[in-house]
Amino acid sequence: MGPAVKTTESILHNRNKQLGFIFDNKNVLGFLMIAPAVIYILALVGYPLVLAFIYSVSNITIGSSDFSFVGLKNIQGLIGDFDFKTALYNTIYFTAVSMIIVLVLAKILALILLKDFKGKFVIRTLVLMPYVAPISLGVIGWLWMLDSIYSPINWLLQHSGLFGPDFWPMWLGKPNLAMSAIIAVHVWRMLPLATVIMLAGLTSIPQDIQDAALVDGAGYFRQLFQITIPMMLPIMLVAVLFGIVFTATDIIIILVLTRGGPYGSTQVLVSKAFFTGIDAGDLATGAATALFLFPLLAAVAIFMLRIARRAEVA
Amino acid sequence: MVLKIAHFGSLAAFALFASLPFLWMLITTFKQDADLYNRANNPFFFNMAPTLAHLKELFHGTLFLNWLLNTAWVGVLVVLITLFLAIPAAYSLVRLAGRWGERLGIGIFLTYLVAPTILFIPMSRVVANLGLQDSLWSLVLVFPTFTVPFAIWLLMGFFKTIPQDLEEAAMIDGYSRFGAFIRMVIPISTSGILTVVIFSFTLVVQEYIYTLTFVTTASRYTVSVGVPTFLVHGDVYNWGALMAGCLIASLPVVIVYNFFVERFISGLTLGAVKG
Repeated sequence: MGPAVKTTESILHNRNKQLGFIFDNKNVLGFLMIAPAVIYILALVGYPLVLAFIYSVSNITIGSSDFSFVGLKNIQGLIGDFDFKTALYNTIYFTAVSMIIVLVLAKILALILLKDFKGKFVIRTLVLMPYVAPISLGVIGWLWMLDSIYSPINWLLQHSGLFGPDFWPMWLGKPNLAMSAIIAVHVWRMLPLATVIMLAGLTSIPQDIQDAALVDGAGYFRQLFQITIPMMLPIMLVAVLFGIVFTATDIIIILVLTRGGPYGSTQVLVSKAFFTGIDAGDLATGAATALFLFPLLAAVAIFMLRIARRAEVA
Repeated sequence: MVLKIAHFGSLAAFALFASLPFLWMLITTFKQDADLYNRANNPFFFNMAPTLAHLKELFHGTLFLNWLLNTAWVGVLVVLITLFLAIPAAYSLVRLAGRWGERLGIGIFLTYLVAPTILFIPMSRVVANLGLQDSLWSLVLVFPTFTVPFAIWLLMGFFKTIPQDLEEAAMIDGYSRFGAFIRMVIPISTSGILTVVIFSFTLVVQEYIYTLTFVTTASRYTVSVGVPTFLVHGDVYNWGALMAGCLIASLPVVIVYNFFVERFISGLTLGAVKG
């Protein structure tokens, strides 16, 4: 007498004919189903990535089909260039400052949004708008909010008495103000994403731990700093990592708001790469400029891997 | 009681901060120019009667409609390609590939981080060599590079929650593995697939740098690049029409997106948070 229960493997084994082989065999089917995606990614991400490295040590331009290697000349040229150094500094500065602000604000906002209240859906829609709406369009809104003549923000602050009659900041016209404006818009954009991530993290903290803390007599802030924040550390880390990536690689806010001005004071790596590589046609230097972001992104990638592995174990 | 007021107050402040540009867009869309460019007037109210002139200008006097259609068309195609590539891949990684499947999945997700900003320069050459320069097809070809990795990741998280018994039952009933996949898994996954559709479409609508690099003819732009580039005539912005354009292109995306946020976050946090 054969086995009372047929296993799926034995059934499939019996049907292993020509075509069945493709549709049943775990390895073959698995391979076939993933192949198109992998091929596509290798061709359109892997290949250009390699090209980016090759371009950065060559003299390729948009106009000509000349191509020869120039070693590290491009990179040496960049390191000596003042505009490039400004761009590199700005990239790090904007990212760091906006991330710190976002982290603090998002934590507060997430705690506020934790409680259920009427109209939560509407509020959430409003709070999400900066992140979800097409970036360039939202930023155009800011272009007017910060306009040198008509800024509604200045108007409001002046009419409410907070600004003196002669105090009318030229947000996009003075280097320091422009940098602050860029950081503000970055914060504006990342806050929704960070908040929602933190919110999800907050709701995933098991209730029993919080109850135990209450029983032990922990006050609100004690609870916050000794339980909530440590437990949310992986989530906060994810929010930070994504924030870093989206802020450091952003070109839209710069291009629409200041185009790198005034006097190149708000230039970042990506915008510089764009102006050099596409506008001016020097693909090689442009590629080299953009590649300076690669170590940062690689570091973020490694961190993500760590978190994912830890999440697996958990 | 004080806590409640503080709670409400800070909520209102954040909501205001977040939506201020959009609220202003809404008002300006219907504001007359004479009202707008008057410094004495309160920018947040209608001091003169609202007007539909800007909307007319937007749809008849500019290429806005073209851009909307381009964006929609590219969006649909890219979403289809994404689904076609990502659904089998995600399934394979979760069910059929075992240990290294998880690794490969994470690797694919990481390409989402790399994409446009580093690649746009060599990509411009690749696109030119393929003869797709200044064509919407270049966008259709290249956009899946950032939608597919993310879609695969989202779907992996989703497929993991489907119990294997369903497919086993189907296979015992006589379906092949692939047949079980088509008949049992996909119909159940409609919500996951819908999520991928929404997010991929959102990513397409938001995209800026590839479009800016590859496309040069005015009528071929998408909304995201067309509006900033062409509705700005030199230094004189036609703000009324501009704001109308921004608003129209943003609102539908925002409203639909809000329904899918939790799932999105679950995918984004690498499963560290259950959605």
